[in-house]
Amino acid sequence: MLSLILIIVAAAFFTGVILRVKSIASGRKGPGIFQPLKDVARLFKKGVVYSETTSFIFQIAPTIYFSSVVMAMLVVPFGQSKGFVSFNGDFIFFAYVLGLGKFFSIISAMDTGSSFEGMGASREALYSMFAEPAFFILMGSIALLTGFTSFQEMFAAFHIGSYISYALAILGTFVLMMVAMVENSRMPIDDPKTHLELTMVHEVMILDNSGFDLGLILTAGYLKFAIYGALVVNMFIGMFPYQYSIPMFFVIQLVLATGVGLIESFMARFRMSHNAQFIFVLTSVSLLIFFGVLLILGKFA
Amino acid sequence: MNLVNIFLAIPVLVFVLIPFLKVKGTGIVVFLAVISNILLSGYFALQALSGLVIEFSFPGSLVTGPVNLRIDALSGWFIMIINFVFLTGGFYGLSYLKAYHQQKNNLRMHGIVFLLIHSALISLCVVQNSIVFLISWEIMALSGSLAVMFEHEKMAAIKAGQNYLIQSHFSILFLMIGFIWVAFKTGSYDFAAITTYSAANPGGIGLVLFLCFFIAFAIKAGFVPFHTWLPYAHPAAPSHISGIMSGVMIKIGIFGMLRMITLIKCDYYSIGLIILTFSVISGLYGVMLAIMQHNLKKLLAYHSIENIGIIGMGIGIGCIGLGNGNYLLASLGFAGGLLHTLNHALFKSLLFFTSGNVYQATHTLHIEHLGGLIKKMPQTALLFLIAAIAISGIPPFNGFISEFIIYSGFYNWMQGSLLGPLMAIIFSVLALVLIGGLAMLCFTKAFGIVFLGNARHQFHHEIKEVPFLQLLPLYLIAFFIVLIGVFPQFFLNTLSQPVQLFTGMPAQTVIPFQEKIGDILGPVTAGTWIFILIIAATFIGRKVMTRNQKVVIGPTWGCGYVAPTEKQQYTAGSFVRAYGKLFKPFLSVTKTEKEVHGIFPTGGSYETHFYDSLEKYLIDNPIAAYKWLLGRFSFLQNGRLQFYILYGIVFIAAVICVPLIYDQVVLFIEFIKQI
Repeated sequence: MLSLILIIVAAAFFTGVILRVKSIASGRKGPGIFQPLKDVARLFKKGVVYSETTSFIFQIAPTIYFSSVVMAMLVVPFGQSKGFVSFNGDFIFFAYVLGLGKFFSIISAMDTGSSFEGMGASREALYSMFAEPAFFILMGSIALLTGFTSFQEMFAAFHIGSYISYALAILGTFVLMMVAMVENSRMPIDDPKTHLELTMVHEVMILDNSGFDLGLILTAGYLKFAIYGALVVNMFIGMFPYQYSIPMFFVIQLVLATGVGLIESFMARFRMSHNAQFIFVLTSVSLLIFFGVLLILGKFA
Repeated sequence: MNLVNIFLAIPVLVFVLIPFLKVKGTGIVVFLAVISNILLSGYFALQALSGLVIEFSFPGSLVTGPVNLRIDALSGWFIMIINFVFLTGGFYGLSYLKAYHQQKNNLRMHGIVFLLIHSALISLCVVQNSIVFLISWEIMALSGSLAVMFEHEKMAAIKAGQNYLIQSHFSILFLMIGFIWVAFKTGSYDFAAITTYSAANPGGIGLVLFLCFFIAFAIKAGFVPFHTWLPYAHPAAPSHISGIMSGVMIKIGIFGMLRMITLIKCDYYSIGLIILTFSVISGLYGVMLAIMQHNLKKLLAYHSIENIGIIGMGIGIGCIGLGNGNYLLASLGFAGGLLHTLNHALFKSLLFFTSGNVYQATHTLHIEHLGGLIKKMPQTALLFLIAAIAISGIPPFNGFISEFIIYSGFYNWMQGSLLGPLMAIIFSVLALVLIGGLAMLCFTKAFGIVFLGNARHQFHHEIKEVPFLQLLPLYLIAFFIVLIGVFPQFFLNTLSQPVQLFTGMPAQTVIPFQEKIGDILGPVTAGTWIFILIIAATFIGRKVMTRNQKVVIGPTWGCGYVAPTEKQQYTAGSFVRAYGKLFKPFLSVTKTEKEVHGIFPTGGSYETHFYDSLEKYLIDNPIAAYKWLLGRFSFLQNGRLQFYILYGIVFIAAVICVPLIYDQVVLFIEFIKQI
């Protein structure tokens, strides 16, 4: 339960911090940290425009997408406190529930009949397919190391026994953050601020969404960032008592948000045609983690 | 005893009756016959599933020896699956075939064939005598190929039927080798002889025997590289037959494999690794090729190969669990595999039936010509969507449950494994995840292009939803897809007997199956329910908050361009283009391109053709080489009657002479040996 509250609080400022860092880095005054929330609040009050090409799929998709993210959020633990739902193999559930949201966001983009949105849908489907193995191998490695298969137990037992596990946690952070970038369509895979439909991935998929539905999609995006941030935090806090772990949670989320902001300020997006290869590289990084775990367990002997 | 005779008498009676019936009556009579056989076999199957083993014994004939029938829990599970798919498929077929009401004889033939397939499949599940098994197998293969050739005016259907017939006989060949081997060594055609023989000869013999049967059943089930008949047969057959073929006929291969696992006593660990390897390859290869297909039913056919791979992964880890003595792993593997067999039968038959609806409404299965069907056929679209989500293994539907069990199996196997198995696990998990992702890519493509957007092609007839009676069986299937997704416990409890057949009965030493599975699946089900509640809550919230808001209908955003045509939509080809480029080494695509150029440009064209590269190397090239070899002897077939008579004389002379010179030859050989 604790994780739920923390994630919602983190989601409230995460995207705002990214925007603030970007504006400072480019020498602008920029919007306040809570501007994204205000945007969403405004969208919730607005009416909607539906394309005449669309069907009921387009209308239900944002809701299902949002619900899938909320469900995924309920699974994430925080240190010693379990998530709202926690069981053996919950990380499989986590990934597949997000899959339902993705499925609907892809077909809702195709529902508009626009070639831009079809393009975005095609890219999204391809990228998320490549990102998933990395996540599963990462979690599988931790499961092997700890002997548990639920998020909370795995993270709690991660650092018992050996300090090398912290090195693995750093690699794991890289993988998780990159998966988060893919899932949220940020730099260096996708540029949310591009103004050309041809170079967008996620943004182009939601071109036709408006009003409440767009608000739901944006909120889901904020939550997703905080969810992956929370997973990263979990990689480090282990069984720390709350008076240390809760501040650590916010510090790490803040660092991650700043990092994302800096990356977006100083890096260019990868070439679209090389994105898929890049994402698949994540799988090899997680294989590295797997071999690290094998080393720790002495399986090579 | 009597009931078995009735079961056999019903088809015979119907065959006699059919020539005297009107076409309309034929369909109904055949369907009723199928239903009565379903009731009969279902009665036994349900008893078997509750743990009772029912046995019948017939005196048989001189050739076969005594024929035993045995309905155990494994047979029961498969009989129930077969019956369900035949019930829905038969009902669907009644309406589907109305479009062909003028082809009277063809329909009569089809009715006979349909009933034969059903009886043969049920018999295969229960027969314990290898000769009778082979006969049933042959009946199934022959009637199956006739069913595929229903639209025999089409060249593709004839070719597909022939291809299927030939490859089925390869499967029979391997079955025969296996059965004759055992019969030769033990002198009995009873299945029990396989057990006694393999138990008496530990070591490699059992493994080779298993491999022999494995190849036979793998051809039937469509494991890569024995899959090449499947992508031709499924699209060519009428849709209810495609659904039945993909739903249950290829599953009889899985059944055969499982039956052999229970019969052959040998090194289960190696068997498990072999099955796992084939399964991982099948799963990946199937889905990788499925994505490139632009014929809706061919796409689904390749997905059958993929799902057979997933089922095989379950069976593989089940065997490995048996070999390691890890009974939790074994139950997880077999439970996952068996449940996925049911799940695949459900969603794949639903997909084939809905694509049959699409075919009847539009007369094409080429997905580049379709589009926007959701507005014309909303119910078909919804049913297709449910099945598409289920086959991608996404909650809250049934595909997720069986894949989750298989994942749990893998992560369970991981604990305490050595380096070698760990590598196998990590790559299998990698494959399973990729399969899920690729299936999602494939089905977002299929659903998105066929049902969403605008129509890509102007048809000259009205496209309308199929009648309700044709949709009714599909709703029944969809109901079960959802039911397994949200309430899997009931089905897994039913599975406890079939699974215990494999894991032996160490029930007193280990926790019972129900509890183990309950521990694993209980929370997942709870999670699924919470997920559904969240979706419902979000919907209600959205409804309440948007009740006073204005809804405007406008055109799709066209980047300032106001008159886009339907041709400018994203196509299936472009949707998977990036994928096609990345996976190029595994795919063989030929392009013919004619560019537009010049001041007064003439028509340009662009065509892509897709081919299965394994088929090219494993089937086409050897056949070409064989043809070349036989071509060297074509001078013998010179068309002159005199020569043919001469061949006859030479042959007769040779037959007469061989015994005469035989003694001399033996003498000569003896002489050489003495030197």
